[in-house]
Amino acid sequence: MANTKVNLCGITLDNPIIPASGTFGFGYEFAELYDINVLGTFSFKGTTLEPRFGNPTPRIAECASGMLNAVGLQNPGVDKVISEELPKLRRVFNKPVMANVSGFSIHEYVETVRRLDGEGDIGWFEVNISCPNVHGGGMSFGTSPEMAEQVTRAVRKVTDKPIIIKLSPNVTDIVSIAKACEAGGADGVSLINTLLGMRIDIKRRRPIIANKTGGFSGPAIKPVAVRMIYQVYEAVKIPIVGMGGARSAEDVIELMLAGATAVEIGAENLVNPYACRDIIEALPSVMEKYGINNLSEIIGGAH
Amino acid sequence: MKDSVFKILSNEKIAKNTYECILEGDISDVKAPGQFVNIKLDGFYLRRPISVCDAEDGKLTIIYKVVGEGTEAMAKAAVGDEWLTLTGLGNGYDTSPSGDYPLLIGGGAGVPPMYMLCKKLIFEGKHPTVILGFNTKDEVFYKEKFTNLGAKVIVATADGSVGVKGFVTNVMPSCEYTYFYTCGPEPMLKAVYEVSVTSGQLSFEERMGCGFGACMGCSCKTKYGNKRICRDGPVLTKEEIIW
Repeated sequence: MANTKVNLCGITLDNPIIPASGTFGFGYEFAELYDINVLGTFSFKGTTLEPRFGNPTPRIAECASGMLNAVGLQNPGVDKVISEELPKLRRVFNKPVMANVSGFSIHEYVETVRRLDGEGDIGWFEVNISCPNVHGGGMSFGTSPEMAEQVTRAVRKVTDKPIIIKLSPNVTDIVSIAKACEAGGADGVSLINTLLGMRIDIKRRRPIIANKTGGFSGPAIKPVAVRMIYQVYEAVKIPIVGMGGARSAEDVIELMLAGATAVEIGAENLVNPYACRDIIEALPSVMEKYGINNLSEIIGGAH
Repeated sequence: MKDSVFKILSNEKIAKNTYECILEGDISDVKAPGQFVNIKLDGFYLRRPISVCDAEDGKLTIIYKVVGEGTEAMAKAAVGDEWLTLTGLGNGYDTSPSGDYPLLIGGGAGVPPMYMLCKKLIFEGKHPTVILGFNTKDEVFYKEKFTNLGAKVIVATADGSVGVKGFVTNVMPSCEYTYFYTCGPEPMLKAVYEVSVTSGQLSFEERMGCGFGACMGCSCKTKYGNKRICRDGPVLTKEEIIW
């Protein structure tokens, strides 16, 4: 009997499959399609201190084997997430959930985490220091080791729950940033966020996306993710949540062999709303095919 | 919302760059006119959101205009080909406030959802008038289909090559109506909004990621808060729109 359980920062997941933030809302849209309690957990929509409408539309552009998005952290703000979204989520999900938070100053990160910290169903914080689609915050914290460490330290002071820092691939050296997060007290890192990209409408001769640039995700970015997970795994002791283009049980195994303890599924949820359920159902037979009894034993197995 | 395989029964050009495709499959989740489906095509990452023209007896009719690589691939699809299709997307039109004499205004690729709506209104015993707007004669489609339903039909073309010369909004003042329904390019929607003398419902278009409310790719601001065109729309009421 294939054992798909993994341990992420002290909490056991039934399987390593985690829908990525921004592709799964607060869960209840997908709960209309299948019982989302089959998931390991999921990372809810990126939450900021204040409500945000996000960027103007168009926010989406298609690419070969992927897509660009520039949503810009649209969310109702932390207080409404607590008063409106989490109660709705509780009706359909009974496992610890991953709270994805973002900010435009250290104060905003800290205050958002502090307010969410009292919610018992939050198992982990995923601190996004890598959103490429907002200006004057987000990714700027994730492109320097010093800033990444400062954010981590500041958030560390206001919660005892595991903190996972979500890293940007749009840097010269992701390893140094992962190490800075570890030094700052992070319990884990998740990578990779989207790659900064652009598409141009050749009829209009203008960028397709109103924000001009957007984050590139989908199957095309998987090799970049595998490479970065592999490099970070060699440099840090804390667990890695891997993501980037995964859309099958085989992809999940590949990211885990690179060093991921758990795997987030992003863009694929938008194309196949049943993607995570399908991967979870396929895992045992694919494990058997590759001679894997315990999934947790293959973490970092390619090193 | 349901994801299932649809088989192409026919896929014919009916006007300039415009194709009518009839598909066979599970239409049980198509609940209202004005809803859309999201079609997975081989070789393309994102699905193609296309409005429902008709859904009856296990058959789904869509009409699409070739505007890019995706719709070009759709036009090349053969009878018997299969598309994985999400159905039952979007809110659709609400016929309850229509009154006895609703006015339906479709522009170009916005004409198709008017067909199922017109059919439903006539079934409910109402007397719709339909204005169909196109740029030119070669683009006109479905005029007879609407007439055969029993609706009063007025065609307007921008160049006057057939019907009334001008825009749908040139025709509107001569119509008496209790309510309006419209779908078409955004500048037309705005013009209809401004010329209209009753309340009404307008169907919007936006580039979408998922089509079912997960990605926030197609959000807009309304007087009643932020809405997702794909999930809370594509139909918005006149009263809630912020231009």
